[in-house]
Amino acid sequence: MTDSTVTTVKASKVAPSRVQLALRKPGFMIGVIIIGFSTLLAVFPSFFAPYDPNFIDYLAVRQAPSWAHPFGTDMLGRDALSRVIHAYSVNMQMAVLATVFALTIGVVVGALVGYYRGVADMIFGRVVDAIITFPFLVLVIAVVAVLGPGLINMYIAITVVGWVYYARLMRAEVIAQMGNDYASAGIVMGYSDRRIIFRHLLPNAITPVIVYWMTDMALAILLGSSLGYLGLGAQPPQAEWGVLIAEGRNFITTAWWLSLMPGIAIVITGLGFSLIGDGLADLLRPRG
Amino acid sequence: MTDHPILEVENLCTTFSRGDTALPAVRDVSFSLGKGQVQGLVGESGSGKSVTLRSILGLARHYGEVRGSVRWQGQELTTMTERQLRKIRGREIAMIFQEPMTSLNPLLTVGTQLTETLKAHTDLGRKARRDRAIEMLDHVGIPAAASRLGEYPHQFSGGMRQRVMIAIALAASPKLLLADEPTTALDVTIQAQILDLILKLADEMSMGVVLVTHDLGVVAQTCDTVAVMYAGRVVEQGYVRQVLRTPRHPYTEGLMRSVPQDVPPRTQLYSVPGTPPSLFSLPDGCAFAPRCQAASEACGSARPMLQDIAPGRQTACFHPLPATQDDAA
Amino acid sequence: MTQTVMKIEDLHLSFPVSRTLLDVVQRKPGKSVNALNGVSLELKQGETLGVVGESGCGKSTLARCIVRLYPPTSGQIHFDDQDIFGAQARKDRTYNRRVQMMFQDPYSSLNPRMTTGDILAEALRVHEMRPEAEIAPRIAELLDLVRLPQDAAEKLPHEFSGGQRQRIAIARALAVEPEVLIADELVSALDVSVQAQVVNLLLELQERLHLTILFVAHDLRLVRHVSNRVAVIYLGRIVEIGDSETLFSAPSHPYSQALLSAAPSLDPDDKGAAIQLEGELPSPLNVPPGCPFHVRCRHVTDQCRKVIPELRALEGRGEVACHHAEEINQHA
Ligand SMILES: Nc1ncnc2c1ncn2[C@@H]1O[C@H](COP(=O)(O)OP(=O)(O)OP(=O)(O)O)[C@@H](O)[C@H]1O
Ligand SMILES: Nc1ncnc2c1ncn2[C@@H]1O[C@H](COP(=O)(O)OP(=O)(O)O)[C@@H](O)[C@H]1O
Ligand code: SF4
Ligand code: SF4
Ligand SMILES: [Mg+2]
Ligand SMILES: [Mg+2]
Repeated sequence: MTDSTVTTVKASKVAPSRVQLALRKPGFMIGVIIIGFSTLLAVFPSFFAPYDPNFIDYLAVRQAPSWAHPFGTDMLGRDALSRVIHAYSVNMQMAVLATVFALTIGVVVGALVGYYRGVADMIFGRVVDAIITFPFLVLVIAVVAVLGPGLINMYIAITVVGWVYYARLMRAEVIAQMGNDYASAGIVMGYSDRRIIFRHLLPNAITPVIVYWMTDMALAILLGSSLGYLGLGAQPPQAEWGVLIAEGRNFITTAWWLSLMPGIAIVITGLGFSLIGDGLADLLRPRG
Repeated sequence: MTDHPILEVENLCTTFSRGDTALPAVRDVSFSLGKGQVQGLVGESGSGKSVTLRSILGLARHYGEVRGSVRWQGQELTTMTERQLRKIRGREIAMIFQEPMTSLNPLLTVGTQLTETLKAHTDLGRKARRDRAIEMLDHVGIPAAASRLGEYPHQFSGGMRQRVMIAIALAASPKLLLADEPTTALDVTIQAQILDLILKLADEMSMGVVLVTHDLGVVAQTCDTVAVMYAGRVVEQGYVRQVLRTPRHPYTEGLMRSVPQDVPPRTQLYSVPGTPPSLFSLPDGCAFAPRCQAASEACGSARPMLQDIAPGRQTACFHPLPATQDDAA
Repeated sequence: MTQTVMKIEDLHLSFPVSRTLLDVVQRKPGKSVNALNGVSLELKQGETLGVVGESGCGKSTLARCIVRLYPPTSGQIHFDDQDIFGAQARKDRTYNRRVQMMFQDPYSSLNPRMTTGDILAEALRVHEMRPEAEIAPRIAELLDLVRLPQDAAEKLPHEFSGGQRQRIAIARALAVEPEVLIADELVSALDVSVQAQVVNLLLELQERLHLTILFVAHDLRLVRHVSNRVAVIYLGRIVEIGDSETLFSAPSHPYSQALLSAAPSLDPDDKGAAIQLEGELPSPLNVPPGCPFHVRCRHVTDQCRKVIPELRALEGRGEVACHHAEEINQHA
């Protein structure tokens, strides 16, 4: 053998780390800042809110925004800013709880049917067809209607419908990854199916699912507040953006800020998740 | 080298930038080509063969910096505007790309793709275009050409698709064909057919060909002259017979020796030690020095220039291998 | 040396082609790609058997069948006198340890998210090749074996060149101390000089570790160089098999003759009398009746169009599947 001078091919400059790459993406960083701050508001609402969100002051009903009440007060004289801030707890919780179970179930089911195909895959195909022919919201409302309104039932409803979208994405990605020889190599090496699925295929297949998860969290907040608005999700006097918008609806001409402010909170949080999702699509790609 | 060169490439340099570093993909490539001649371009992956072709046709300047001169029948191509180049591309100079499978549009019939080329580059009428399309398919050896005009690329096999690519490239009777590994993806049997076809057409239409390949056997069988590239530079060029029989540059010799031919079976093959340098960090002197057994101190500090060492024969090496009487031929 | 380690008998494999809706409506019968049409061969202890043929002739399918990536439609593979597709053998993972495969594409055969060290350690752990404490030293040994620097263990696949990735794949296969290696186009994606390095390594390791190798490649020169015996495949059938030097210097089957003459010689003056094959490989969707080569053969007779020629020994040559092998080779 003649080659004793094997060296790895590498650019003379050291490749930037993932964190460095992330810092170079302004959109992604804005997303991280928005969601980071939203999380702080959600965890420590009392620290940021100037008043108790449920303190009723009949002497200060429906006041316009002022220095004392930057977002004004509602029909019971509660401070609107404090209510929007306290709603962060519920709405951020929604983003997580309405999606993580769907994500977990979807990833596992998608990986399994993608790997094994066969009968399970055919049945899965039918289930997917059946579920995605109905509009998402209609289906969720139907499930809530059966279970009854409330936050917990809403999470269950969204999970029951939502896992299908994750599973479908995961299945397609696993099948694509199966075309790579490293999967065949695992089979030839005699590795167990579980090892091949969870150790080899899953980490390579999950990137688009994570990206979708970010957008889905934004959608979960939108969906959760829609249900709250319709009276099917969070129940008053719980401070929740959908509930707040519904409460302000009757005074839209006289006290428009009551509905506008929670609406803006929804848009900004949704934007934050989407920006993170876009950035992750690039950052999570394997190098090379 | 040639009496009336149709293509003269002089000191062609192409640089890409990656972040804030410059990547010298092609450096000081010069050669000329006469009518009906076939020039080979060989070298390892990443040595700059494809970039050279793309620079000649003015494609590389869209994403890199191209310097030097490319004269096509006396006209300078590097300073032409896109509009001027468009008149030459496809009509006078055609190109076949490395990936035959992806260069045909899957949504258009083969006939449409052929006649569109003719429409763009000739004044033929509708009927004449169709006739010419059939004639071209026939020419490249596709049986029952008339009936296959309406078929889509996926209905053709790999070899057939490459023939269609050649038919499209040659439809407007170009004077120069730039072929980037036209047969690398194909089997030896189909490779033989395609190379025969290119040679036949070069001869009949007195068309010049620049053929990029990394198969030395293909060079031996099809080219008149050859340039060997290493790390973006031509290290040796001349008539195929001379270069392959008596390589004068240590790298060419290494390449020739690593082909398993005329060595006892199941013995260790020769291989050039080490790996090609990264273009980001080229050595100061001769780029081949870290892998060269003939290297001296001079090789590490100064870069050897491409110099005439025999009529029509150049090499870039301070210590070229000895010549034999063969070389005089 | 001549002990048989693997015996393949009459292997058939067809992939069903998914029918389009139109086909179903028109009630066309389901078609299938006949990738292997009765392959029989024996692998002998310590030999290298080369497999050549045009693309799509079934080389990779055969290789993948041997390592149980594809189940055959019919036929058997015996390893150590055990049917590898039998219920007993399927449960047993030792076959997967003893017979290893290396793949063509050095960019997809390694998990992009695992370092070289992880990849090798996993193979060692799953098959319990070494106690936990000896895993790290064994990885160092394996890297040495395939001539990779020690710091390679911490690197991810994208940090290596194609040739180095193939070495990692070889190291992974060798980690489990196999007896048989299936190399499907192991060096096809590499440059000649790198090819030579990997082939040298393979030959050396074979000697040292007494490996039996099935070497699939389309580069005829390379196959000639590494093989003891060679099998020529055409449309999923072996048309000729025999000693490598004999077969390459004097091919007996008309297809082998055409295939070998198509390889371009390195000598510019040896334009060779390339036997031009007419047409291309027929589609494996409808393999012609009789001799599969008859549509392209210069020596075709009526018998060839009707009767499938069986592989039979030819005096002084290997085994050939051609009705007229004797006459054809008389003139040669
Ligand atoms: N568009 C581009 N931008 C930046 N660098 C490029 C680009 N195209 C090619 N390069 C670099 O230029 C060098 C020469 O590439 P080129 O494609 O000419 O190689 P080649 O000799 O054709 O190799 P192969 O045999 O693999 O086709 C390589 O280092 C490559 O990475
Ligand atoms: N997974 C598959 N599904 C359907 N057809 C296949 C599959 N794998 C291979 N084939 C077909 O089987 C034939 C033989 O293929 P292959 O063994 O890969 O050829 P080779 O390796 O000799 O080039 C080809 O026609 C190919 O298209
Ligand atoms: S110049 Fe020196 S290092 Fe370069 S090829 Fe010639 S002898 Fe080798
Ligand atoms: S059997 Fe007939 S058709 Fe087939 S290879 Fe022999 S001569 Fe040719
Ligand atoms: Mg190229
Ligand atoms: Mg193959």
